[in-house]
Amino acid sequence: MQPLFLNRYAIASSSAIGLEATVQALQNMRSGLAPCAFETVHLDTFAGQIADTSLAPVRTDLAQFECRNNRVAQLCIRQDGFEEAVIDARRQYGPDRVGVFMGTSTSGILETEIAYRSRDADGMLPRNFPYATTHNTFSVAWFVQSYFALSGPAMAVSTACSSSAKAFGNAARMIEAGLCDAAVVGGVDSLCLTTLYGFNALGLLSPLACKPFDRERNGISIGEAAGMVLLEKTSSGLKRDGIALLGVGESSDAHHMSTPHPEGLGARMAMERALNSAGIGRDAVDYINLHGTGTRSNDAIEGKAVHAVFGADIPCSSTKGWTGHTLGACGAIEAIICALAVQRGFMPGSANTSMPDQDIPVHYLLATRSAAVDIAMSNAFGFGGTNCSLVLGRART
Amino acid sequence: MKLFVESAAVLAPGLAGWVASRPVLAGEQKYEPAPFVLPVAELLPAVERRRTGSTVKLALAAGHEALIAAGRSADSVATVFVSSGNDGDVINDICITLAGSDRQVSPTRFHNSVHNAPSGYWGIAAHSHHPSTSLCAFDWSFAIGLLEAATQLQVERPEVLLIAYDVPYPMPFAGIRRVDQPFGTALLMTRDSTQRSIAGLDIELDRAAKDLSRMADARLETLRVGNPCASALPLLAAIARGQPETITLQRNAGQTMSVSIRRPNGR
Repeated sequence: MQPLFLNRYAIASSSAIGLEATVQALQNMRSGLAPCAFETVHLDTFAGQIADTSLAPVRTDLAQFECRNNRVAQLCIRQDGFEEAVIDARRQYGPDRVGVFMGTSTSGILETEIAYRSRDADGMLPRNFPYATTHNTFSVAWFVQSYFALSGPAMAVSTACSSSAKAFGNAARMIEAGLCDAAVVGGVDSLCLTTLYGFNALGLLSPLACKPFDRERNGISIGEAAGMVLLEKTSSGLKRDGIALLGVGESSDAHHMSTPHPEGLGARMAMERALNSAGIGRDAVDYINLHGTGTRSNDAIEGKAVHAVFGADIPCSSTKGWTGHTLGACGAIEAIICALAVQRGFMPGSANTSMPDQDIPVHYLLATRSAAVDIAMSNAFGFGGTNCSLVLGRART
Repeated sequence: MKLFVESAAVLAPGLAGWVASRPVLAGEQKYEPAPFVLPVAELLPAVERRRTGSTVKLALAAGHEALIAAGRSADSVATVFVSSGNDGDVINDICITLAGSDRQVSPTRFHNSVHNAPSGYWGIAAHSHHPSTSLCAFDWSFAIGLLEAATQLQVERPEVLLIAYDVPYPMPFAGIRRVDQPFGTALLMTRDSTQRSIAGLDIELDRAAKDLSRMADARLETLRVGNPCASALPLLAAIARGQPETITLQRNAGQTMSVSIRRPNGR
């Protein structure tokens, strides 16, 4: 594919809000996971919750979009000069030439979950409940589009935990097809009861902070986060070697709804297709940000797939020990972490992991280290056997 | 963006598949709404069929019909799934459970709650490792799916299957989200014209919103406005008529796109 520049990006997670704080957290091994104290949830697990005090109400003229998920989106928009950069892009290209591609898994379902508690005597929900602009999967994309008064193509990509990695593919295709000149690409998911109790029902929640790729790993910690990227064909300003999206690889497992293919077939295909899409060989990749959720089988299978494509020596790690598994947002925030790794020259380690599983044949990083990273890969895999790998790196204009 | 349609599928009350529906959509026969009978999802193994609800079954049946009509195998095409929301039965059930005291969510219900559940079951049933995406743009999901499929043809692959579906929600969810009737459709689209092409399409985003196309038949128009994915009806009707014309679909709030239908191979 033609490289597309990440001219501005922003991030908000339980670990850190903003790029600088995120780099600090990654370098200081400061995790955002804590015993779950979310809403009325009583589960023996850890969660990555963004402090309620950080989540300002959505802009008053967009009050119909008011919900936790859109608050998380807005928090991210307001970091790192992102808002200003999108306004500039709108001015430069025109509102109809800027698309919006948002990955989300549960969008604003929390508001509906709460509304079900206040059903009336006839079992009916509050009649004025704003379903479309809160709970609906599209809500967050519609919110972002409305926030910036954009009128290019807008969509929510909802493929569970690969959502916001795949959103980069949708954006890249629309730009290449000439339907837009720039894209606001991102992922937003926020804590809700459906995912906390749902993953609990599947027996996949760790009672402690998740430990990806650890010998003693025993499940995931759910987190909430948003990551946003302004993607453009050309590098902005005077920077001659910006960070670009170089390749996207997508595949389907064709195996099972909630467990990956035992040999990691779909994961392998996604990584190989991403390399092909970037037009590079496996040796060009310096670091892999793994999906690395922290469940027994997912990490073992991903390790097998990485080994099959790259061998045992490529440095890799999962950053979910910092953020938790942010589901539909993880593709975007981990792509941004890869961009930071390239830009700042470091490889993240793995918060909470102390003893890497020796049965997984990969070079797993425990501590964050300084290292030149020219090209990084980010993996995101999800329910339904959906897989997506992204290649990010320096692209010289 | 130019593309070709090899086959179409439609499943809705009184529209039992493309072959039976084509004369109705073309205006050659009267539309008679009949009780909707969900076709058996032949593609799905029996064990998976038991685990799935009407959304998955409708989506897979529509996709399968289009594949068969195009004479293609299920494992040969990439897919784009669109729906205006997740499975309403599953979400309603989960929300009722979460509002109760024990909050014991069924694991199967939980993995069926994701927007891409039909895509996941499709992959399993079709043994397909091709990419599949699942998109949502609220009431405009069909048009956005069509746009995505068209861009895939333009830049990535020679054929793609678009599957769009929405089914009514149960109470009390239906009180906050109304979908009147089930509606499923699928289009097997190709970049180049083939021996089997039934129509050529040319899609353009409108700079200023235009008036939306409607159905001439009052009861088909009722069907169109009562289900988000039934917004596909004017396009399906134009394909059924087979005459050159341009229709307008809504693609986002306050925005439209135009689809010009032409005869394939310049016939």
